[in-house]
Amino acid sequence: MEQKLIVDGKRLDGRALDQLRPIEARAGVLKNANGSAYFRIGKTIAVAGIFGPREVHPKHMEEAETAILRCKYNMASFSTTERNRPGPSRRSKEISKVMREALMPVLFLENFPKSAIDLHVEILQADASTRCAAINAASIALADAGIPMRDLIASCSVGIVEGHIVLDVAGKEDTEGDVDLPIAYYPKRDLITLLQMDGMVTKEQLKQLLELAKKGAMKIYEIQRQALKSKYMEE
Amino acid sequence: MILLNSREIIGGLNMAERELVIPGDLLGEGIAGSGTYMENGKIYASVLGLAERKDKLIFVIPLNGIYSPKTGDGVIGKIEDVAFSHWIVNINSPYFGVLPLNEAVTDFVDLTKTDLTKYFNYDDIIFAKISNVTKTKSVQLTMKDRKCRKLYGGRLIKITPAKVPRVIGKGGSMVEMIKKYTGCQIVVGQNGIVWIKGEKEDLAIEAIQCIEEKSHTTGLTDKIKEMLENGEGDKNGTKANS
Repeated sequence: MEQKLIVDGKRLDGRALDQLRPIEARAGVLKNANGSAYFRIGKTIAVAGIFGPREVHPKHMEEAETAILRCKYNMASFSTTERNRPGPSRRSKEISKVMREALMPVLFLENFPKSAIDLHVEILQADASTRCAAINAASIALADAGIPMRDLIASCSVGIVEGHIVLDVAGKEDTEGDVDLPIAYYPKRDLITLLQMDGMVTKEQLKQLLELAKKGAMKIYEIQRQALKSKYMEE
Repeated sequence: MILLNSREIIGGLNMAERELVIPGDLLGEGIAGSGTYMENGKIYASVLGLAERKDKLIFVIPLNGIYSPKTGDGVIGKIEDVAFSHWIVNINSPYFGVLPLNEAVTDFVDLTKTDLTKYFNYDDIIFAKISNVTKTKSVQLTMKDRKCRKLYGGRLIKITPAKVPRVIGKGGSMVEMIKKYTGCQIVVGQNGIVWIKGEKEDLAIEAIQCIEEKSHTTGLTDKIKEMLENGEGDKNGTKANS
């Protein structure tokens, strides 16, 4: 008999359906980066580092009127229970691409023509929603690096597990659930800058999912702001 | 969302002097200065920093960031390359500086016979002024200023360019104080490079790094003064004991 994922409105880890996992966020964790951040949600840990704006190499990638943003998402080989083959994969390339597109709308890249901003995100521990953790960490790191931006991007996932709509898909819910839908949210303009989905939903369900995802993202947005503030307000 | 709205009211009516802001924070209405942007007639912060307002002008002093060259800035740079009639200078920025021969030397130079390295050689450290920055960020340097010169010996340290104004202090008060207590020669470049030469280099470097670390706190001058006095006391103490 398979284990039930939801019992009496409680999930495997004891959370309510619309509850996030415990979150920890810190800014400025890497010494050699211009800006950096640590973001943990439950058992998923992401560390992001910003290098630049700096000279573009190779030179042919240079843009005359704007900076370029280069993202690199990587999962550590020890991040999963089964060893992860190190190096770029189809999956990590895809996430690097969508991450870049999720973050681009808020950046004032035109302030640094002919330069490159390099963003590296390392997943140290993976337990579902790694791309969300990566985007959240990246967003804090960009602000920490002093790069001009319109707003922070907050990201979280929603899903459908055994017919219930849940916030912040974790662990088994990801592999055995019916739907997994991560979004990245740009709160100031109420825009969604990333939306991916695996599974099938009805129009009505999608509306509910997005509503819940935005709520979750707003909670994460507050935590990101707090992380940046606490770096300078220790006393 | 409720939280955001209450913030907006506080921000709009009486923004506290020197408030820590995060990109996207509403700063009220007025004229958008540096570190801010305007959307629908309202001003928002675009960088992490301390918000300030002077009359109608609202701006944010950043707490971190790279150096972006501005006309008129004095910078410390390293000669990276010597070309036919100009030098390429690394100015601790994504963009390099170009120092043309006629902006560097006053005497007549016959380019066919002279080796330009006799004026500035590879890896020489210079204090130069930015005479022009174009829209595509090509940076022109000049040595035609009283303060501009080649820097011999000494030590260089890097600080966050956003914190240079704090190291200099109001009208140069902070750097003058460090000079007075340590007896060092100090040159601060707007690009975040500081050149220090003198006997108590270590104490001066310590003081500057302390400023960088605590630049966002209040009563900084007193803290540094105390530190410099103690540093001096310690050194005298050890000398007396040995």
